[in-house]
Amino acid sequence: MKDENMKVNKFANLLVIGLVLTVAASGCRKHPVNQTPLPNPRTGTVGDNAGPGFPFKPGETPSTEPNPFGVPNAHPQNSADLHQGWIEDAQALKTDTVYFDFDRAVLKTAEKPKVAAVADYLKANSGKAVRVEGNCDERGTEEYNRSLGERRALAVREELIRLGIDPTQVDTISYGKDRPVDSGHDEAAWKKNRRDDFIVLTPPK
Amino acid sequence: MKQTNSILQRLSFLACFTAVTSLMAQTELDVHKEVELPGQAKPIWVSISGLTGEAATALQFDLYVQGFAFTNAEAAQYLITGSNNGNLQARATDPHNKSTLVSKAYSGVALRRQVHAFADDFVQALGRKGIAQTKLAFKGENSPTSEIYVADFDGHNAQAVTKDNNLVAAPCWVPGHLAIYYVSYKLNHADIFYHDLSTGARRAFARYGGSNISPAASPDGSKVAMILDKDGWVDLYVSNADGSDLKRLTKSPQDESSPCWSPDGKWICFAAKETEHRTLCKVPASGGALQDIPTGGTPSPTEPDWSPDGKWIAFTAQYRSGFQICVVPAEGGTAVSLVEGEDPSWAPNSRTLAFGRRHAGHYTLSLLDVPTKQVKDVSRIPGISSQSQPSWAK
Repeated sequence: MKDENMKVNKFANLLVIGLVLTVAASGCRKHPVNQTPLPNPRTGTVGDNAGPGFPFKPGETPSTEPNPFGVPNAHPQNSADLHQGWIEDAQALKTDTVYFDFDRAVLKTAEKPKVAAVADYLKANSGKAVRVEGNCDERGTEEYNRSLGERRALAVREELIRLGIDPTQVDTISYGKDRPVDSGHDEAAWKKNRRDDFIVLTPPK
Repeated sequence: MKQTNSILQRLSFLACFTAVTSLMAQTELDVHKEVELPGQAKPIWVSISGLTGEAATALQFDLYVQGFAFTNAEAAQYLITGSNNGNLQARATDPHNKSTLVSKAYSGVALRRQVHAFADDFVQALGRKGIAQTKLAFKGENSPTSEIYVADFDGHNAQAVTKDNNLVAAPCWVPGHLAIYYVSYKLNHADIFYHDLSTGARRAFARYGGSNISPAASPDGSKVAMILDKDGWVDLYVSNADGSDLKRLTKSPQDESSPCWSPDGKWICFAAKETEHRTLCKVPASGGALQDIPTGGTPSPTEPDWSPDGKWIAFTAQYRSGFQICVVPAEGGTAVSLVEGEDPSWAPNSRTLAFGRRHAGHYTLSLLDVPTKQVKDVSRIPGISSQSQPSWAK
């Protein structure tokens, strides 16, 4: 009988501990440390439990919608072919590689001078273009990272356009987590991999 | 006495908790009467005798990933006997009612394929859909390049589909067709290609400005969902299979990823991101309001895949400890976390999943029988360091 009680007691203990841990863990997720909640620039929310979600009328012309970034950021028509065959230079703007926080695509204030330097380069070389290559660290699933990497590239593209660069001069691409510069599995490697690289494109002679 | 009291307190707490969970389980059972709850089913015990070498191991693989396990003849629910001298002869019987389920001789193809055909005959005799003659498409990576491969569902007979010597990603079968969509970076641009596997011919399907990623063919093959940022934001789009009638289905400065279709073709499910957290959402394929698919607070759900019978959505959850393959009823509800892994793709039987297991940055493909949680790695391609992003041909 005593043994039975001990077992039940142990089991009940484990269960209570388990529940407490679960509650604690979910509490942590709701209030992550070192993360500043950003205001959602949308008018609605995407499908949370509060309402029917973010309404979208099919057939609307996207470019007539207000842009939360304040600059016209659509890619020009046929931009996939605009710089085909142009000569690529990965070295010219190598020192201007822009770094991001974990799971974020917000261009940090401290990184903005590098983007300004790229804008100056493009202004001084108006015949050239640049490809902004978005990359992620390995934490996160493959296609999630591919979308996140593209947002990182777009964030820099928008800053370049805001600084007066012609949208036709800025291509974007995302490699997700497929092109790490450091193949390590720790924060020292990850912070180097969360980045936008700049590839200078020069028209063939 | 004090001790007994505290035990009683805990037990009453336990009783309340059990009552609540059994109530929840009851509701799920009512909704999914005919389905076994994920991860809770017992395997069907089978005895295999007379088969040797590759025939025996191939048959065990085929059956294990469909919820069977192996024991001696006395304990088995079904007996499989046979021989594989040259060709395969095999018989499956039910010793309890002394009936023969399958008794066949196979010829004309390699022994391994004969075994797959018998596995399908046996599983189908039990009223289930066989998957042993199906195919997988996946990404095979040898850093810094990757190529698209197609192989038998057990990883054997793998063939490279691309030879782009660049990056590729996210292969997706066109249901009912020998054709796939995938992303290739061959033109120094992330473009979606359509590739006819019967002719080897391919064409660029989506080559808009920015990245063109994560293609998903609709169940009837007439439409393709994809992630584009041609309008300056990373959003979900859908077009006809000939590229016409491109529609933007979301409009959010956050990102969407990994679209998949409901089997009736009416909905597109995808991973969305709000400012601080990720969710699974669905949107009518013709456009309209987004709806949340609740996953019971599962952290950071991504990579959804809707089961062919319409009942479940498998997805990847990101716990602090790592990634888990989870399933949730398609209408949302309590998600069940099954095994460590990423990027699940349903087999045509709506019970087996192909997925990737990551170790030190490299992926191995595995198959998971959802009801029993039985897992087996598929055969690796020699010299390819990482295999991921499986798409199961349906």
